[in-house]
Amino acid sequence: MFHKRELKVAFKVSIPVMMGYSVLGFAFGLLAVSSGLKWYFAILMSIVIYAGALQFLAVSLLSAKTGFVDIFIASLMVNLRQSFYGLSLLQKFKKAILKPYLIFALTDETYALLTTVKTEKNIKKKWYYLYLGMLNQSYWVGGTIAGSIFGSSVHFNTKGLDFSLTALFVVLAIEQYKQIKKFTPFILGGVVSIIGFVTVPKNDMLVVSIGLALIGMFILKKRIENE
Amino acid sequence: MSDYEYLLLAILIMSIANYITRVFPFLFFIKHEPPKIILFVERNFPPIIMSILVFYTLTNVNFSVKPYGLKEIISIIVTILLHLKFNNYLMSIFGGTIFYMMLVQLI
Repeated sequence: MFHKRELKVAFKVSIPVMMGYSVLGFAFGLLAVSSGLKWYFAILMSIVIYAGALQFLAVSLLSAKTGFVDIFIASLMVNLRQSFYGLSLLQKFKKAILKPYLIFALTDETYALLTTVKTEKNIKKKWYYLYLGMLNQSYWVGGTIAGSIFGSSVHFNTKGLDFSLTALFVVLAIEQYKQIKKFTPFILGGVVSIIGFVTVPKNDMLVVSIGLALIGMFILKKRIENE
Repeated sequence: MSDYEYLLLAILIMSIANYITRVFPFLFFIKHEPPKIILFVERNFPPIIMSILVFYTLTNVNFSVKPYGLKEIISIIVTILLHLKFNNYLMSIFGGTIFYMMLVQLI
């Protein structure tokens, strides 16, 4: 059955995400193709991974031919922040349709919409959730298709485009600061990065820094908690 | 292993890792609250990993030869200022990137 009213409400709620996801998806497609990845791999990633920060990072990981274990650890760590989103949705998702997909589609933005936007009482929530999840992913995939095709057909000087990855993480770090209002985690992150930077080959820097950061967190636990 | 196989496997691993992070609470915390230590890591690790990732994206920059990573540092400052001023992540990311592209292509 097709639930038109639920789709309409979901579409209206998803409009702000449409802007963000199609543009950022486009940028991802463009970056992936310009770094040598085939367009269909970029699109595949947006379909089966569907995580902005991780996919941008993946462009670097893949072009550096990073090992599978390192890729696995880095992927878990980058997305650790979303591993508790579900907590506040356990109740809402109890009667969900295609629950495994809904959980898969739980990006930062979808989570924000699901937990903050109030909808009219008389719509079928389970369809509304499903449509919202699918619409948001369709913007992301649509943007990626456009970006990767544009990138493989139009040729221009993309030198420096990979800075978008740096810029993305800078922005995410600022957003983290706004939430947590503490300096210690950032200083710790900077220190372990520099240690990783100078002590091990650059391919190992990420995983080594993550390991050091986890150790550092427990050494500085009191300080971080009380700041 | 061919390039093709490497990419397919790597993408599969990333999608599994990503799904694990999203499905985690639905598997383990349906009945009880997560332990304090996990909440501590969950709350405080994201800012650490974001700062590590900023550095990670700069691993190809050589800070010991001219211009000593100055282009990257200036572009990061531009990105930060844009984000603090307009608070619009698209504008910050694209503004910072276009600024950097101009720096490396024109100078």
